[in-house]
Amino acid sequence: MAATIAYADVEVGTELPAQTFPVARETLVRYAGASGDFNPIHWNEKFAKEVGLPDVIAHGMFTMAEAIRVVTDWAGDPAAVVDYGVRFTKPVVVPNDDKGALLEVSAKVAAKLDDEARTVRVDLVVRCADQKVLGMSRAVVKLA
Amino acid sequence: MPLDQSFVGRTYPATDPYEVGREKIREFAEAIGDANPAYTDPEAARALGHRDVIAPPTFVFAITYKAAGQVIEDPQLGLDYSRVVHGDQKFAYSRPVCAGDRLTVVSTIESIKSLAGNDVLTIRGDVHDEHGEHVVTAETKLVARAAEEA
Repeated sequence: MAATIAYADVEVGTELPAQTFPVARETLVRYAGASGDFNPIHWNEKFAKEVGLPDVIAHGMFTMAEAIRVVTDWAGDPAAVVDYGVRFTKPVVVPNDDKGALLEVSAKVAAKLDDEARTVRVDLVVRCADQKVLGMSRAVVKLA
Repeated sequence: MPLDQSFVGRTYPATDPYEVGREKIREFAEAIGDANPAYTDPEAARALGHRDVIAPPTFVFAITYKAAGQVIEDPQLGLDYSRVVHGDQKFAYSRPVCAGDRLTVVSTIESIKSLAGNDVLTIRGDVHDEHGEHVVTAETKLVARAAEEA
C-alpha cells in the first residue's frame, strides 16, 4: 500500500475533497457492458416504467463505484481502501435528456480506528436531486 | 412462503477460476470514468507496490454476483428473483484485485431474515487467488419484496 495521506495528519472531522459525477443514459449502457449487468431497468424506459419505476435508474453498483472515487483519489492508492459498504436507499433516476443526473459525493473522517494499523473510518454522503441515495456508506482506509 | 431458515450456513461449490485481464479492468475504469493510472498503467501500479494494474474496489462484484447465481437460482431455496432488489453491499479486502489473478468464489448463505413480509437474504462470497490466499469477501444483501395478495 502506498497511501499518500498520513494518519497523523488527519483528525475526526477532516473533510475529503468533494466531487460530482454526471450520469447520462450512455454512461449506464457503458457500465452495463463493463459490469455484465444488463437488467433492462438500467437502459429501457418502457420496461422501467412497467415495473413501477419513474424512469430508467442507475445501477446501484455504479453509484457505489463513483462514491468511493472520493476516497481513492484522496488516499493516493486505491488499495488503501480495506473495507467498503453501502446501503441502497433511493434510486438514481436518469432522464433521457442532455442533463441526465448528477451524483454529489462528500466525505469526512468519522473515526480514527487503530493507531498501529493507521486505519480511519470515512463516512460518505451521496446525493442526487437533493436526496440521499446511499445510506450507511462507509469505508475503512489504511493511511500512511 | 418465507425462505427456509435451514439454508443458513449452506456453502456452494467453488466457482471455476476467473482470470482478471488488464483490458477488462481498463474497460471497467473507463465505464466509471476513473482515470486513476493504477487501473491502466502497469508502471504506475508498480510504483504503488502492486504486481500489475489493480482493479477499482467494486470491480470484483461482477465476479461474486455471478457466483451468487448458484444461490439465487437454487430451486430448493426458491427465491422469487423477479421481486429481488439489491439492499446492501459490503467488501472486506485483504488486498486489491490485480491483473493476472485467477480468482475463485465460494458462496455461503450468511443469513435469512423476514422483515415486514419481505425476505432478506445475505450471501457471502469469499474470493481467493490461485495460491489459496484470501483477496476479498463480498457481502450482498438481497431483499425479495413480499408477494402481493392474489
